[in-house]
Amino acid sequence: MKKRKKLGQYILNAVFIAIVFAYLMPVITLISCSLTDETTLLQNGYNLVPSKFSLEAYTLALRRPMQMIRAYGVTIFFTAASTLLSTLVVALLAYPLSRPNFIWKRQLNFLVYFTMLFSGGMVPMYLLITNVLHINNTIMVYILPGLVSAYNVMIVRTCYRGIPDELIESAKIDGAKELYICFKIVIPLSKASIASVAFLFMVEKWNDWMTSTLYIRDQNLYSLQYLVQRLLREVNMLKNYAGAGVLTAGETIPAETLRFAMALIAAGPVLVIFPFFQKYFTKGMTLGGVKG
Amino acid sequence: MRTGTAKVKPTKKAVRESISMGMLAIPGIALLILFNYVPMFGIVIAFKDFKPLKGIWGSAWCGLDNFEFFFTSADAVRTIRNTMCYNIAWLFIGTIASVGLALMFYSVKNRRALKTYNTIILMPKFLSTVILAFLAEIFLNYRFGYINQILNNCGLNPVDWYMKAGAWPFILTIVKVWATVGVGSMIYYACLMSLDEGLLEAAKLDGANKVQQIWHVMIPHLIPVIIIQNILNIGHLFNGDFGLFYQVPQNIGALYPTTDIINTYTFRALQEGNLARSAAVGLAQSAAGFVTVLVTNRIVKKVSPENSLF
Repeated sequence: MKKRKKLGQYILNAVFIAIVFAYLMPVITLISCSLTDETTLLQNGYNLVPSKFSLEAYTLALRRPMQMIRAYGVTIFFTAASTLLSTLVVALLAYPLSRPNFIWKRQLNFLVYFTMLFSGGMVPMYLLITNVLHINNTIMVYILPGLVSAYNVMIVRTCYRGIPDELIESAKIDGAKELYICFKIVIPLSKASIASVAFLFMVEKWNDWMTSTLYIRDQNLYSLQYLVQRLLREVNMLKNYAGAGVLTAGETIPAETLRFAMALIAAGPVLVIFPFFQKYFTKGMTLGGVKG
Repeated sequence: MRTGTAKVKPTKKAVRESISMGMLAIPGIALLILFNYVPMFGIVIAFKDFKPLKGIWGSAWCGLDNFEFFFTSADAVRTIRNTMCYNIAWLFIGTIASVGLALMFYSVKNRRALKTYNTIILMPKFLSTVILAFLAEIFLNYRFGYINQILNNCGLNPVDWYMKAGAWPFILTIVKVWATVGVGSMIYYACLMSLDEGLLEAAKLDGANKVQQIWHVMIPHLIPVIIIQNILNIGHLFNGDFGLFYQVPQNIGALYPTTDIINTYTFRALQEGNLARSAAVGLAQSAAGFVTVLVTNRIVKKVSPENSLF
């Protein structure tokens, strides 16, 4: 019996190792193809192990790094700013919704919920941003729209409600005002949940490419993912990025390896740090118990 | 005013407290109104013969012309069919894969190994669809991709996957499962963690083998969650995963027959400057989504009230 159990665990782990390989293989390919030289890659195709090691692609990618650095800067700035703002606004909006003694609870609840059910869609939003607010082609377009996610409000509200009533009531008896209760009791006790929601919001913002596609014409304001998308898809864009002015006569652009280097420059930091944030992430994903 | 229950007038203290709490909500309310409610008025553009120079209010009304244009076109059949079929198919495939993975996670004894597997399988959630599309290309690239390398080694002709629409239902399904099964399994895994171990022990004492334990103890424990998750997902029947469908097939026209969904259609129409047509399709989609979410929520309320949205 014991032996059979052990065998079962071996098989299970073997299956998992195969699955894990299916996840790591594309990433390993990404790394190894960016570290090989163009001729080898053109001859052998993509490969898990670089048969010839070369930093050619990176030297070219980083020879004129300004555009990439700017895209990084833009993305870091709007991700940080919008995550901070969104977390603050959502944490505050959820508070009255969680309190039974808030007399306009029904109305406020409806205001938040209805946005989950119906939206004007992409075009009215486009018109609002370009024709009314005129924030297209500015950094604000990354930050302002979408700060309040109804879903996140509901998650945070549910967490607030999990705080024992006695705690709040006894604070009230001691003379605490609602604002004090919100900032000194409820929010500090919900820190972990708020952090999970904030983390998920942040990942989404970091990976945003759509906003640039719709609203940004100025190359200096491209988000990281959008810049990389264009570099990966458009050979001309890639040539422009790497070529103009820096190539000596007779030099050609190692387009394929360069693409891999670009993809890794864009995805690398996230791949390196995500295991450390997984705790928050796991919590955020299972917080879903949303209820009205 | 409702009859029967006399409305209790809130005390002065309650009003005062509510005002100070309401202040906290003001930034959120302002943003919701500006970015969620104001655009709702913009949907009138769907009923207008929109000319950018005249603006929304200056353009002439055109009734349902914009809707007619879409619904009588071949695009309508294609995009609606694709959106619905992928969503329904992925409901089944996603559930089976997620539940299966959760059961596998549950059976791993070594905690360290479990954590490593879990972390790696969750990785795609952190990658943008841009990178996801590039990872797919590693396999599908005509000249260098892995699949064509294998075909070559077997003496077969390479296939230009980015021109072969028929392959994309499979490709997209694999990419979707690869990218989302980790997240999908987590809710089922969390649910299994709450399973009473005593039940499993009792089953073992009665001589149930592993398969019987899964089938008669674990699966029944998961069924309520499975049902709720799927009903809630049916609510999004008309709403496709835009990033996936826009990025992974790289917006290549030859692939539209199997990769064009309502969301990508409206996005393209907007980019091409057909604002009114795009808005009409978007409005139809929103309206259909509104109805499906209401209906599915009503069903959830019957099945399990604590899981309904409202």
